[in-house]
Amino acid sequence: MRECFDPNIYKKDWQYQDGDLTVTRTCQWSAPGCHQGCSLLFYTDKDGKLVKVEGDPHSPVTDGRLCMRCLAMVEAVYHPDRIIHPMKRKREDRGKDTWEQITMDEAYELCIEMVKDTTEKYGAKSICTGAGTGRNATWQSNVLGHGAFGTPNDNAGLLAGNCCYTPRMQGMNAIFGNTFIADCGQLNEARFDHPEYRRPDLFMIWGNNPLRANADGFFGHWIIDCMKRGSKLMTVDPQVTWLSAHSELYLQPRPGTDAALALAIGHVMVEEELYDKQFIDYWCYGFDEYKERVAEWTPERAAEITWVPAEKIVAAARLIGTAGVTTLQWGVAFDQNKWANGTAHAVALLQAMTGNIDNPGGFVCINFGYVQSDIRENVAKGLGPEVRKDRLGDDGNWGALNAIGKGGHAVPEAILHAAETGEPYPVKMLFLCSTTAFTNMAGQAVRVYDCYKDMDHVVICDLFMTPTAMAIGDLFIPMAMSCERDGVRGWYTPLRSIVKVTQTGDAVGDEQMMLELGKKMNPDLFYWDDVPEMLEFCTNNMATVPIPVTLDELREKVIIYPDFEYHKHEKGLLRMDGSVGFNTISGRVEFFCNMYNNVGMDPLPYFLEPPESPVSTPELAEKYPLVLTTGRRCWQYFHSEHRQLKSMREFHKWPMFAIHPDDAKAAGIHEGQWCVIENSHGKAIEVAHVTETMLKGVVSAEHGWWFPEREAEAPSLYGVFESNINCCTVQGDFGPSGYGSSYKTQLCKVYPAPEGYGETFEQQFQDHYKN
Amino acid sequence: MSQNGLLIDYEFCTGCHTCEMACKVEHGFQEGEWGIKLAQIGPWKLDEDKWEFDFVPMPTQRCDLCKDLTDAGKVPACVHHCQAICMEWGPVEELARKVTKPRMTIFSVQ
Repeated sequence: MRECFDPNIYKKDWQYQDGDLTVTRTCQWSAPGCHQGCSLLFYTDKDGKLVKVEGDPHSPVTDGRLCMRCLAMVEAVYHPDRIIHPMKRKREDRGKDTWEQITMDEAYELCIEMVKDTTEKYGAKSICTGAGTGRNATWQSNVLGHGAFGTPNDNAGLLAGNCCYTPRMQGMNAIFGNTFIADCGQLNEARFDHPEYRRPDLFMIWGNNPLRANADGFFGHWIIDCMKRGSKLMTVDPQVTWLSAHSELYLQPRPGTDAALALAIGHVMVEEELYDKQFIDYWCYGFDEYKERVAEWTPERAAEITWVPAEKIVAAARLIGTAGVTTLQWGVAFDQNKWANGTAHAVALLQAMTGNIDNPGGFVCINFGYVQSDIRENVAKGLGPEVRKDRLGDDGNWGALNAIGKGGHAVPEAILHAAETGEPYPVKMLFLCSTTAFTNMAGQAVRVYDCYKDMDHVVICDLFMTPTAMAIGDLFIPMAMSCERDGVRGWYTPLRSIVKVTQTGDAVGDEQMMLELGKKMNPDLFYWDDVPEMLEFCTNNMATVPIPVTLDELREKVIIYPDFEYHKHEKGLLRMDGSVGFNTISGRVEFFCNMYNNVGMDPLPYFLEPPESPVSTPELAEKYPLVLTTGRRCWQYFHSEHRQLKSMREFHKWPMFAIHPDDAKAAGIHEGQWCVIENSHGKAIEVAHVTETMLKGVVSAEHGWWFPEREAEAPSLYGVFESNINCCTVQGDFGPSGYGSSYKTQLCKVYPAPEGYGETFEQQFQDHYKN
Repeated sequence: MSQNGLLIDYEFCTGCHTCEMACKVEHGFQEGEWGIKLAQIGPWKLDEDKWEFDFVPMPTQRCDLCKDLTDAGKVPACVHHCQAICMEWGPVEELARKVTKPRMTIFSVQ
């Protein structure tokens, strides 16, 4: 615990009294959402109402820190716009605000009727479930779909090419045989004092802003902890960020050219022998083929493609090759590129060349913590092969790796295709848990809306009335905030308790809803008496690393660190056969990837131009001269969430995009102006931020925008298609594997919004939030 | 009487707004009311390769160093939650002894 905290005030007990208030030590996962599971203290009053949150000083995970969204927790939980009772609406009233409150029993019965109706008419596989990203709502709808409805068709929110972490996870599986993360000392309770630990000498921060994103269980400010202890940074980003301004070396490439950059860095590392020869000799496969591949990738060639000067590419190679303990913190830019696999492969191999694989401070193998997928597997274990059969996307038409069944879920594009064409069978019912699809992650937002609005039945499980719920929902089940549900957090180490401290209205936790509905539909499978019993079973029986702990013990301990070991490949801890090496086909880190080769993919890292770019489509680029990268992160919002919060809107009221002053001048736009971002797929209107930090020729736009203060009913739907950058992205543009999509590599032009656009927005906002 | 204040290591302040939000929530400040506010340096180029881009949280006249919290043995909400752990509070003489490197500053608050 930091020195400033008094251990007599901040007790280690999982629950204690502070005056009239009860303090509960636990973690916040979702809702509201974020990928992180920061440790906090919930303060509840004698009526059980949440009155305050604080960061938990005793947590080695976050040391008492919280971000602004957690600090707004009370505002979120008791927000007047929150839906806390179930509601139904006539199908013909979709898009109209004619919801009618019902009871939870009625809601469950109605849902069951919808499932029965769909199953009788089309078969259960015509039901498709959906889940929001990275949060504690990603497994319950899948399990319910599999186990209660009888459908294998699950996905997120029609995120094209599953382009968020899945391509990198799959890539790591193919190359390293497991998942690897940057080691900031987060894997042991002693953190920096752990005898084996040492901080990285160099972070390669590539294609993400982890301080803002905190993606995939990685708390971005861990990097700051390491910087204070001497870690240096190399960042790769099309815009100057705080991290890049604090870097030893900063590379500013054109979006979608990261693979070319990495291949050229690899070229120099090979030429100058800046690699760990022993590691490659002992533990790697196919290095000669890799050398041949990078031979043609001179820095000069890559400079032309990436817009990064050749001398900086050389400098990067020398820095990576000589820094010592190097680690990689990479991001969604890898996935949101059609050639996701080639790109991830190219950069992961730079890390492998340094030999910093599963060593303290390096890129470490984390084989614990997939609580979400483990629970899904566990609950669905008793299901026969019939349920999985004919899953949408398994028919070989959706990428080489999906065809051989490597995909964990149905393929988004296959679902959209089936819904639009009825082939190979129709999709007629949606069960959407905390996912807003065409508000947030679905490429081609309008196309998805057009398709979804014709469904026979749509169930929405969410916290607030979202544009998606208003547009297409027939039944609304109100979901619990994190403080209103019991759970287990384990993505990644350590395992953390999620403790229910309060109840609001009828709101149910996702797992409680799953269990209650599951019991009604398939009681043999959903046999647990309550949520804690179910979670305890799942935690004790996890496929990766089962944790023999009762939920009571976890609640009391708050945080449990499973044993973690470095150098697992040297100890025979990675392979099923117990031999040394990695869990790949060759048993080594695969520079030449056998899995890719076996399915007909390029076995070596490669670069290809994005499908639309100044190089691949010069004629299109004449009309749309700027490269458009979407999904830029901000501090205030997690995807499409938090837009209701007055506090967050004060900090960041309107959707924004960044543009270089020269490009702004050419487009005739100025700072703070509402502007149209347009391309051949559609348009979105956002506010310009004119800044020299943006790479010239590139526009970076926010996603997930809607406006709770605007007209709810269709066609407005809270203005969901006004500033929706996914009106400018595509579907079905995945790479050969079936993964990846070009969300970050579009083209666009930018011009001022029509005269007077936006003049009423501020007043509208003030009127809506006047209290 | 000794002055109390805030020590900011602005080499590491990332501009995450946590201090501002923690302060607002602790004091119940409304829109437009701030007990601490970020100032921004840059981003601008120092030379062809180097950028300067820093933040400095600055306490306002509304800042009371979270008297209610500190009276109860706790720490100011901004110091508690700062994601970069780049803020400390206390008597300015004690804080001054911790200024051992560039890009640190002390605000004397009360």
